[in-house]
Amino acid sequence: MKNDAVKKVVATGIGAALFFVLARFVAVPSGIPNTNIAFQYGIQSFFAVVYGPVVGCLSGFIGHVLTDMSWGGVWWSWAFGTAVYGLIVGLFAKKINIESGEFGKKALVNFAIANCLANVVAWPIIAAVGDVVIYKEDFKIVVAQLAVAAIADFLCAMVIGGLLLYGYSKTIAKTGSLDKE
Amino acid sequence: MNNRVLNYIPKDSFIHRLSGTTKLIIFLTFSVLCGLSFDTRVLIVLLLLSLLGFRLSKIKLSEIRLMSTFLVIFITFNFILLFLFNPDYGTEMYGTRTVLFHLVGRYYVTAEQMFYQFNVALKYVIGFPIAILFISTTNPSEFAASLSAIGVPYRVSYSVSLALRYIPDIQKDYHEIAQSQEARGVGLGKDVKLVERVKNAVKILLPLVLTSLQRIDTISNSMQLRSFGKNKKRTWYVKKKLTVADYSVIAFCAILFIVGMIVTNQGGSNIYNPFI
Repeated sequence: MKNDAVKKVVATGIGAALFFVLARFVAVPSGIPNTNIAFQYGIQSFFAVVYGPVVGCLSGFIGHVLTDMSWGGVWWSWAFGTAVYGLIVGLFAKKINIESGEFGKKALVNFAIANCLANVVAWPIIAAVGDVVIYKEDFKIVVAQLAVAAIADFLCAMVIGGLLLYGYSKTIAKTGSLDKE
Repeated sequence: MNNRVLNYIPKDSFIHRLSGTTKLIIFLTFSVLCGLSFDTRVLIVLLLLSLLGFRLSKIKLSEIRLMSTFLVIFITFNFILLFLFNPDYGTEMYGTRTVLFHLVGRYYVTAEQMFYQFNVALKYVIGFPIAILFISTTNPSEFAASLSAIGVPYRVSYSVSLALRYIPDIQKDYHEIAQSQEARGVGLGKDVKLVERVKNAVKILLPLVLTSLQRIDTISNSMQLRSFGKNKKRTWYVKKKLTVADYSVIAFCAILFIVGMIVTNQGGSNIYNPFI
């Protein structure tokens, strides 16, 4: 097993722990009553971009299920939504290529496309179908609820995840950054 | 600060003595059955069984007050929302309309709607004692061993175990970073403007993420030094051997699941309709 594979196991665990801590204990009011900024999705998208789709998917899923369990009762449809969200963002990891040390306009556009696609598939599709199948909830309510969730999570992931990726890219030495004197 | 991540409450009871694997199987059977069934009879049996399990575990209500308050608020909120959005959804679902009384405008309280909402609430309630039962009677270190026992790849189980192990550490990191940033005037409270708040949050999250990345390097190096992932299988130190009690409970879960599914799917639909 290469170092990379061990690293992914650890990254999944630590990513899930970060997700849990941010989702469970960190409540930063968003300005809308009773709604907090969902930092966990910013972190999850960061992990998906840095470590790829498998880590993005599993860290989110484990983090989400553990968080729900600590409240008593797992919302499986939403947990699967989180998993799919991480998976899709992670599929763009190669394109964004954060390890090159650059997070410029092109990477940002890719990150935005990834997030847009991931949020649309994860919430109004996967989670909505789950809610309708499991709770037989009215499709209209579910889609309305989840569309709001998708927009909110998109904004959180873009702003928080984007700023984190930018900050992280600054800590990596760029390829070809050495100059001949 | 509360360091008990998942609220494990050590006690000596029948449920505590069961192996983590068995409890995970109970948890999954109930979750899946409750997810698939919309049959009120099945749901009521599940609720009674989960309350029985709760009784057997000797966990007191006062020990889980925070979680139960959260559940009550959630269900009430959900109940009202379902009604406000579409008070005739029950009628669409069950095909009949029995008006109990009239509220205002288009809001008629019908027996069908109340029955539908009762089912939804029931589904939320069932998950609760079972999840509580599982997390408060299973030692977190046994959790990963049980996952691997039911067939989850051990690398994934190990990730879960790592997550549980490092949640308190990361929580501590977060508080340290947040406090030292607050000392420099980086606040996250309601008095700070939203844009500032987000900027400040990143000032806390970035160091948190960078220390976590360092942590990932350290842990994965030390795991590699101990040859993690070299073999196809792995043994777990805390894994309990299955006893007769375990096997009987697992068999009971299997029977419950099969009977539950048969009853649910009677008549070609998973809805129990008392109105026809």
